Amino acid sequence: MTLHEFIFYIVIPILSVSVILILVRFLKGPSIIDRIIALDLIITTGIGFIGAYSILTNRPSFLDVAMILALIAFLGTVAFSYYIQKRNK
Amino acid sequence: MADIFVGALSLLGAIFILLASIGLLRMPDSYLRISVTTKAATLGIGLLLIAAAIHFEDFSITTRVMAIILFILLTAPVSGHLIGRTSYFSGVKLWEDSVMDDMEGKYHKATQELKSEDIVENENAQKKEEILIKKKPSK
Repeated sequence: MTLHEFIFYIVIPILSVSVILILVRFLKGPSIIDRIIALDLIITTGIGFIGAYSILTNRPSFLDVAMILALIAFLGTVAFSYYIQKRNK
Repeated sequence: MADIFVGALSLLGAIFILLASIGLLRMPDSYLRISVTTKAATLGIGLLLIAAAIHFEDFSITTRVMAIILFILLTAPVSGHLIGRTSYFSGVKLWEDSVMDDMEGKYHKATQELKSEDIVENENAQKKEEILIKKKPSK
């Protein structure tokens, strides 16, 4: 089993299953906070996906996208928490 | 040899992300879910990106990966703290089996003021004194 087969048949399916589990929490989540956490974790898992995919396709330029995604996840969480706190006033 | 390292690290990272997602689904409380997210996902992403860095063996890619990992390590606690603060202030209930709530009674919901421990204790002491004075009027 080569490295590419290993990543294609084992690592990426595990990541896909975890995204599905997080999506269940995103749809179920009783409060809006749970949905924000689930969205944050989905984006973080997307960064992991990009890392695995760049190994799979031998294209390191995908890692730039991972950096931008990390930034957007942080910005999104901060903006959501700020506006929810303002909304309650 | 490097391939074995890359495979093992990426598998470990994927398993950590899977554990984080199971924890997110199974935890009973928003606050516990926040703790699961910020800890496990950071480690999983770090291991996956380190696997990519070992696979490519290039200096520029290694620096890029280190920048991403450093950024995530810096921002994950900050965003976790912010979202936890917001969820407490917006009135998300704690799990019923939670042992203690340190901020109980120190946060005023209408004015959104947060009082420190000393002020609350002083006010309680003053109230007790007033009650004692009322009970025993001076003759």
